[in-house]
Amino acid sequence: MNAKLTALLGWVDERFPLTANWKAHLAEYYAPKNFNFWYFFGSLAILVLGLQIITGIFLTMHYKPDAALNASGVPVAFASVEYIMRDVPWGWLVRYMHSTGASAFFVVIYLHMFRGLLYGSYRKPRELIWLFGMIIFLLLMAEAFFGYLLPWGQMSFWGAQVIVNLFSAIPLIGPDLSIWLRGDFVVGDATLNRFFSFHVILVPLVLLGLVAAHILALHEVGSNNPDGIEIKKKKDANGIPLDGIPFHPYYTVKDIVGAVAFLMIFSLVIFFMPEFGGYFLEYNNFFPADPLATPPHIAPVWYFTPFYSMLRAVTVNFFWIDAKFWGVVAMGGGVVILLFLPWLDRSPVKSIRYKGPIFKSAVAVFVICFLILGYLGMLAPTPLRTLLSQICTLLYFAFFLLMPIYSQLDKCKPEPERLTG
Amino acid sequence: MRKLFFALLFMPLAALASAELHLDKAPDRTHDMAALQNGAKVFVNYCLNCHSASYMRYNRLRDIGLSEDQIRENLMFTADKVGEPMRIAMQRAEAKVWFGKAPPDLTIIARARASEFGSGADWLYTYLRTFYRDDKRPTGWNNLVFENVGMPHVLWELQGQQVLGQDHKLSIARPGKLKPEEYDSLVADLVGYLRYMAEPIAETRKQLGVAVLIALGVLLVFSYALKREYWKDVH
Repeated sequence: MNAKLTALLGWVDERFPLTANWKAHLAEYYAPKNFNFWYFFGSLAILVLGLQIITGIFLTMHYKPDAALNASGVPVAFASVEYIMRDVPWGWLVRYMHSTGASAFFVVIYLHMFRGLLYGSYRKPRELIWLFGMIIFLLLMAEAFFGYLLPWGQMSFWGAQVIVNLFSAIPLIGPDLSIWLRGDFVVGDATLNRFFSFHVILVPLVLLGLVAAHILALHEVGSNNPDGIEIKKKKDANGIPLDGIPFHPYYTVKDIVGAVAFLMIFSLVIFFMPEFGGYFLEYNNFFPADPLATPPHIAPVWYFTPFYSMLRAVTVNFFWIDAKFWGVVAMGGGVVILLFLPWLDRSPVKSIRYKGPIFKSAVAVFVICFLILGYLGMLAPTPLRTLLSQICTLLYFAFFLLMPIYSQLDKCKPEPERLTG
Repeated sequence: MRKLFFALLFMPLAALASAELHLDKAPDRTHDMAALQNGAKVFVNYCLNCHSASYMRYNRLRDIGLSEDQIRENLMFTADKVGEPMRIAMQRAEAKVWFGKAPPDLTIIARARASEFGSGADWLYTYLRTFYRDDKRPTGWNNLVFENVGMPHVLWELQGQQVLGQDHKLSIARPGKLKPEEYDSLVADLVGYLRYMAEPIAETRKQLGVAVLIALGVLLVFSYALKREYWKDVH
């Protein structure tokens, strides 16, 4: 039996680099041995991506992207989601996994990005890993936005209305652009159908390609670690990094522990609080979309709120162009500025462990601002809240724009020669 | 450093708390089958003429301890077959003319009405008990939690007629068939039923969740043991 299997493997290997890839990416990919808690989130992101694709396939079998009203006066799309929740066997579980998975994806990705920020994982030679990752983050936001329209509830409808209307703030081409995006003068059946198409094929397709590029780039240069030093500088006689261990089996068995722990928290939400207090499934979205009834308060889902706050923070017109346009610029800039991180950080060391007090304080202020912006984005604006969001937006941008200066001024500690554990 | 971090984070947030809408807590009827059945009876008799529950099939009521024959004979006024959903005969276009707005489908109303002020059940429980006479409204009725509501007080014969005093408190001006405690209990049953109907799977979901968490907990122990075994030789 074993001889036959080996022969089969040989047959395959002559035609396809199966063993070579297994070795290059798992069995002989040497990862630093000191990965800590923060290093679980990469593999967890892949796990959630897989869950979203599998549950998404099953949801697509029963979901109907149709904005027309049925005999009871409910939009067909909205009713088809309730059909999944009630009449499709295990449909409720698949749907809750998908809706919770969307939020879990952002939790995991934000923590994964924060890990990069802590340990300088974006620094040379890992700039492309960071860039691919950032494009994945952008696509994920698009994917979540398109997907959120599909249940065709009040928040789906009005959220999409608000976001697509943002494009109309662009001078000259704006109004026509927003009509082109919607396929109609208001968010309607045409919008629902194209968002469905984007959500189930266009974005996931590009996303998977970029995830592959992200991992290939990582495996080309090797993983960073909490000490922010290159393990490839110290190798043994066989050319294996002294502080490296093969990804498989060491990190596969470790990531299984992380995956099970994650699934426990994930299940806690799915089975006991699928709405998560209105943060994962907004209460108002249990009302079907009604183009004639604007909700008093339109709040995006939690993962967009920091950027939504930046949009609302801009209240002054510049150069005779409407404040709304500059709000869009602030919101877009808030995301795009992350792309430049590898070239903004001029610190002599990578990891926060060896960075000085200035950088550490800057990160703390940045995190506080990001969380406050996120919180404010869920609330209706008041003058005090707007002022606070303006301060936080300024500090958010200052964190990045001043980084070339303060990261050089900072008093860093010397990096160790070998990993410190 | 860490303390300062949390202080800076929560200080501005505490200053931003929003205004309150006071809702009465709805009594929990989740595990009281007789109450849920009573709620279903009230629902099909009083609500299911103008409001549909179009995602809810009659035979699903077996969940709350009823047989198909009981459902067919006592509750099924708007369908021929027990597998059909709770639809109504009223045309939406006509309803819109009569009420100004077609009455909404109520299947998941108990989920939709949840907010930071309380659960959807709390909202409904308060709403159905705070109708009062208001001559300025075309229906003659107004409501404390749903200002200028389109629906007249359908249960007024049971509750009686309330009026709003100068002190913004409600008092009974004309008693109804039920004593106030009896009326509150009836509304609690109805709301319990609406809450069940909004997510019939809710109880099964929680039971299954316990089993899933136990299974994952066992898996966690074994996967951690496996990890330790492999990592023994990493220094």
